Amino acid sequence: MRWLLILLGGVMLGGIAHVTAIFVLPRTATQDAYARLAPIAPVNTVVALPLPGPDKAVMPFMDPAFATAVCRYDLSRGALKLVVPVSQAYTSVSFYTREDVAYYAINDRAAGRRAIELDLMTPAQHSEMPEDENITAADRLIVESPTTTGLIVIRALAPTPALMPAAQATIGAARCGRAEQAKAAD
Amino acid sequence: MRLLVGTLLTLALAAVIGLGATYVSVTHGQGFGALTIGTWTAQPKSGTPEIDPYAKAALARLGRLPVALGDGVEFIARADDEGRPLDGRCNVELAGTTPAARYWTLTLYGLNGELVANSIERYGFTSQEILRRADGRFTITIAPRVSPGNWLPTGGVERYLLALRLYDTPVGVATKEGREVPMPSVTTRSCS
Repeated sequence: MRWLLILLGGVMLGGIAHVTAIFVLPRTATQDAYARLAPIAPVNTVVALPLPGPDKAVMPFMDPAFATAVCRYDLSRGALKLVVPVSQAYTSVSFYTREDVAYYAINDRAAGRRAIELDLMTPAQHSEMPEDENITAADRLIVESPTTTGLIVIRALAPTPALMPAAQATIGAARCGRAEQAKAAD
Repeated sequence: MRLLVGTLLTLALAAVIGLGATYVSVTHGQGFGALTIGTWTAQPKSGTPEIDPYAKAALARLGRLPVALGDGVEFIARADDEGRPLDGRCNVELAGTTPAARYWTLTLYGLNGELVANSIERYGFTSQEILRRADGRFTITIAPRVSPGNWLPTGGVERYLLALRLYDTPVGVATKEGREVPMPSVTTRSCS
């Protein structure tokens, strides 16, 4: 009876510990993708990542056929505007929360123009947008970020290694920045 | 005293079970909602906000980002079609066709997602680089030594995995079952 109690208690507590660990792990991981990118990616700026190689890669499982850039964003001081020119082959923009959860992605064909242009904001900032601006924004793509901070990953495919410089030039011309500043510059 | 020993035993057992199960699931877990075709496995949900906690923990531990579902789908193979782990000292043949996608890439990684060094600095193929037969089918030879045709060098590593990534594809979005999706076969031919 006593052993049964020990076994049962152990299994139940073990189960609780397991579930807790699974949920806490992403929050405490010190080497998750966001943590790896934070030291090399200043906030609200597009930074090209070096091509992955056998000895060095910013993150594991990067696709070596792609030129990659990131914009580590912080929306606490306002919405963000993102402009990504489209390369010849395939260009995509993926959005991740602070916990590296992918919540949105768009590619060049879905964008259907020569550049992928969109505004990134929190749901609160979206609801605060003036009504008339919302109407004129009908053809503007607005993406809502579930978290205030996160990552935008911009990628351009080099179908052959010879096309890698062109892919890198494409992502090198991508811009992300505070929406107001972009407007002032117009 | 008996109570103390009992409590300690219970806690020790709890620690072993709890952490053991966590370690195993994070390092070897398949996750829920996996899409398995032959030896290939994808987790389309991992590229969405509906990612399950196990997949999320595994990604955080690796320090990688999932492929977002609107971008593409990533299939991983760790073994050949007969279940034999992929061995870099063997000649492995990847043959057939791939599911509908605008582009795809095939990449060879070490088990921790690192690229494997080789003399010609080739880490994979894109769908544009592949030599195909007239009917559109192709064969890629994954081998330690130079091989004619589409040669993907292994660098002679003991274990590796293959990632087949489909970009701009309906796979994983439209096909829930995925049974009818054609994936290339993976066959171990000979080992040196």
